[in-house]
Amino acid sequence: MTEAPALPLYMQREQFDPVDELVQTRDNDGVTRVPTLFGGPPAYLVTRYEDVREVLSDAVRFSNARTRPFQQPDGPHFTDEELEQMRAGQMLAFDPPDHTRLRRMLTPEFTVRRMRRLEPRIVEIVDAALDDIERAGKPADLVSTFAMPVPSLVICELLGVPYADRAEFQERTGRLLDVSVPMRERMAVVRENRAYMARLVDGAMAAPGEDMIGMLIREHGDDLSHHELIGIASLLLVAGHETTSNMLGLGTLALLRHPDQLALVRDDPAMVGPAVEELLRWLSIVHSGVPRTTTTEVEIAGHTIPAGELVVLALPAANRDPAFITDPGRLDINRGAPGHVAFGHGVHHCLGAPLARMEMRIAFPALLRRFPNLALAAPDDEVDFHTYNAIYGLRSLPITW
Amino acid sequence: MKIAADRDTCIGAGMCVLTAPAFFDQDDDGIVQLLVEDVSPGDADVARQAVALCPSGALRVLDD
Repeated sequence: MTEAPALPLYMQREQFDPVDELVQTRDNDGVTRVPTLFGGPPAYLVTRYEDVREVLSDAVRFSNARTRPFQQPDGPHFTDEELEQMRAGQMLAFDPPDHTRLRRMLTPEFTVRRMRRLEPRIVEIVDAALDDIERAGKPADLVSTFAMPVPSLVICELLGVPYADRAEFQERTGRLLDVSVPMRERMAVVRENRAYMARLVDGAMAAPGEDMIGMLIREHGDDLSHHELIGIASLLLVAGHETTSNMLGLGTLALLRHPDQLALVRDDPAMVGPAVEELLRWLSIVHSGVPRTTTTEVEIAGHTIPAGELVVLALPAANRDPAFITDPGRLDINRGAPGHVAFGHGVHHCLGAPLARMEMRIAFPALLRRFPNLALAAPDDEVDFHTYNAIYGLRSLPITW
Repeated sequence: MKIAADRDTCIGAGMCVLTAPAFFDQDDDGIVQLLVEDVSPGDADVARQAVALCPSGALRVLDD
């Protein structure tokens, strides 16, 4: 057993809250240098709302493409060719115009109108999961029976990934995002993911279906390399099930700890949309997103950052910046929190945000209406926060009703 | 107040459609379409909010 690495400051939380040191950094210096998990020299951590938005909205001075993986001392070693193959199709690893080319192939799939067409199917999936929970009887683990399976099935159907393979890809995603797992092993998971997706893409090339992989092959097959198809599909599968899943688990716990607000989400349909936005802000499950690399000397919060430096963002600190929102530490679903950066900002703003919103707007009230007496089935201090996950969440959430 | 949308900059995030559906729509490719160019003073706040929330910076208020 190797010991878990020290968590970088931008991942440290006290239950739902960013730790004091992170809050102090934001309120005092604004920017600090921190060791990262990527190897290499310390990064510049940006913590204030306005500064985070500035970094995210400036893809010219803050480049995703120039952020290249550091070779890890504990291996495995990748050749330049292999690194290029692993990067292909990963939208988050490119800047405009390369990024724009990939993103525009996918935007038609995530329009607000398209999401409305998906709504009835998502309702069915949510209701079926709730039926299963009810049938199995109390207590239940909400993560493994609801928070995980609902978004997994939705993204599988959208993409064209067999849901029967879920145990396999969920286990891989779990290892990939667990930063206490040695980098050597996490990189090996990337290879396994790509091998799995390569098989699916090959099958779809022979007979493209009505799903997203099929669409990419039919409509953009001439323009996309095999590696790009694999990269796009891998990214969407990981991003599509892990994020919404963590929001459903953690969000339910947050509501259980705020019963008056839980009651509003359950009883007042008009409160559901604002509640989802405020939960996104308050929970900020994506700690930091993808690191940027400066392309020129920049100044942030009075700090000069030279060209070629790694810049990391503290999204929970930004979303709770008193300069952005009043009384930021309070969960208040009435305010709706427009402008939060939980989905990022700029050209890399979460592609799946409309889908995630739709899933949450259906899932939270459906859960609370099915089980009006929903309660935690474990002592408050025994809730299992997933501290070492690149996306914050719960390992399990014991519930009763 | 006039508003403008740069369809080349748009990334199809759909924030404008969620925020101000009376003024913005998305075409079949997910790219922004202006439904109106002139916004009455009574609707200026919601239009300004949509402009501020646009992730890609594709929307602008043209003060006149």
